[in-house]
Amino acid sequence: MMLVVSAFVLWAGLWALNIILARRLSEQHARIAVPVIFGLTLVLVVELMVRGLNVSFVILPKPSEMVVRLFTSYEMLWEDFAQTILKGALTGYIVGCGAALMVAFLASWSDFLRRGLLPLGNFVAALPVVGLAPIMVMWFGFGWESKAAIVVSMCFFPMLVNCVQGLAATNAIERDLFKTYAASPVQQLGLLRLPAAMPFVLNGLKVCTPLALIGAIVAEFFGSPSVGMGFRIKTSVGSLSLDLVWAEIIVAAIAGTGFFGLLLIIERSLTFWHPSQRR
Amino acid sequence: MVQWLARSVLPVMTIIAAIVLIWYAAAVPMNAGRTYMMAPDDAEIALPDLVSDTWAQKKPRLPVPHQIVVEVRKQATFSWIWKEKRRGYKRSLIYHTWVTLSSTIFGFVLGLVLGVSLSLAIVYSRVMDLSVMPWVITSQTIPIIAIAPMIIVIMAAGGMTGLMPKGVISMYLSYFPIVVGMTKGLRSSEPILEDQMKTWSATAFQTFWLLRLPSAMPFLFPAMKIGLAAALVGAVVAELPSGARAGLGARLLVFSYRSETIPMWANLVSAALLAGILVVSFGLLERAVNRRLGFRNAGDVTS
Repeated sequence: MMLVVSAFVLWAGLWALNIILARRLSEQHARIAVPVIFGLTLVLVVELMVRGLNVSFVILPKPSEMVVRLFTSYEMLWEDFAQTILKGALTGYIVGCGAALMVAFLASWSDFLRRGLLPLGNFVAALPVVGLAPIMVMWFGFGWESKAAIVVSMCFFPMLVNCVQGLAATNAIERDLFKTYAASPVQQLGLLRLPAAMPFVLNGLKVCTPLALIGAIVAEFFGSPSVGMGFRIKTSVGSLSLDLVWAEIIVAAIAGTGFFGLLLIIERSLTFWHPSQRR
Repeated sequence: MVQWLARSVLPVMTIIAAIVLIWYAAAVPMNAGRTYMMAPDDAEIALPDLVSDTWAQKKPRLPVPHQIVVEVRKQATFSWIWKEKRRGYKRSLIYHTWVTLSSTIFGFVLGLVLGVSLSLAIVYSRVMDLSVMPWVITSQTIPIIAIAPMIIVIMAAGGMTGLMPKGVISMYLSYFPIVVGMTKGLRSSEPILEDQMKTWSATAFQTFWLLRLPSAMPFLFPAMKIGLAAALVGAVVAELPSGARAGLGARLLVFSYRSETIPMWANLVSAALLAGILVVSFGLLERAVNRRLGFRNAGDVTS
């Protein structure tokens, strides 16, 4: 009981600390310190609650046990990471988003193609494409190729819709201005249409990041070699070694967040002019 | 009318026709292996025979569209609804689509409420922005499929089974695009307009209601469409590890174990139709709202 009470006290205390820090610290420091403290609070509260309420290991292991597992079996975790994320998800992400960008360029030159692709792309982006995972495993085998294939098919249409919308995001006044400057089509593309499309393109890239992770891991549930994060999660749930499952989840979280953070940095440097980026 | 057909319907139809043609063409090399396997060793197979065989196999690698349409029509039965004791519903695609639809809608509504309230908190509270936003992003990098069995176990320990855990899994996927889109939208009003509101001494609520919320709409609707799609993905994925008997995802798993490809595609098509109906109805709503607020719609004639 003491542990549960102290969890609540800790929560209140650290939240108050965060409010003070958010006011006092400079922008740069607060941006790092505040979320870190918030995350630590969550972890500590969960740890204290699990201990205090005697939650069974089968339902939720203690966060400390997960971290211990992360360090004791890091070699296995690294192999799974390389198989699922570096080979499966990243390959598929690059191919899928790159192909979508190219098709969007084609569509931006042909009004007919744009009118055909945008409704269709919107439609397909809304489909549960992840259902194709068992079919991709049938076609491309158990290796990472089938995972990359499902990631390509999941990322392509959300990215396409964003890129097509982005390349059409200029308005008549801006285009007229470029015409009065006698800008060539290439100049108009490079100086007006591409920069105007960037917020949409980066939005698409951000939306595709979790899709790529989900696709690569789900596909492993339908068949994989004896390595990979989805495989490890499936077999570890079966043998009730839930600390290993959570260690895999932590690895996936770190990888995904790192990539997303990279996208945020790129977004800030490319679309600094957009109202949503103002400080 | 004629102009509308030429501008909107014709391009879409052209691309669909191209896809169907490529599909039929691709089915020939994809399924040819099986045709040769079934034929006697050094038999010569003429092209017309090869084509007709690859388009009519029982378990093809790639079923052709008309096989899938026939399968959907065979499985999409309504008669169990008014039959006594509701017999035969387990084989009906309509029933399984309904099961998936109900958890999709439930999860989407949960996700919409959570997403919009989180983005309001993020836009209006600096502490929330700093502490929650990075973790919202992190939450999406945790593959839902991994924690889905655990969500089901934990919620079952609390006495909740069936719709509730599936709804929570859908919510987990659908709230993220809504938070991202809505936050971006709420921050997208031009500074000059905010200054204008200030010169009119508008209250914070008036600035929100008359400026920020309307200017967030063009961001919110695409986000909601993605969120709806994500909720459907969540509903399908949630049925994979939960041992569910009903729903499109559960059926997909069963058919994939038996490698019955035609029913698999029939299930995918009904999931697609479901998603299509949901998205088209949201698209109509989006056009109506955007027009009322004076924004340009994507399909409108631009000068």
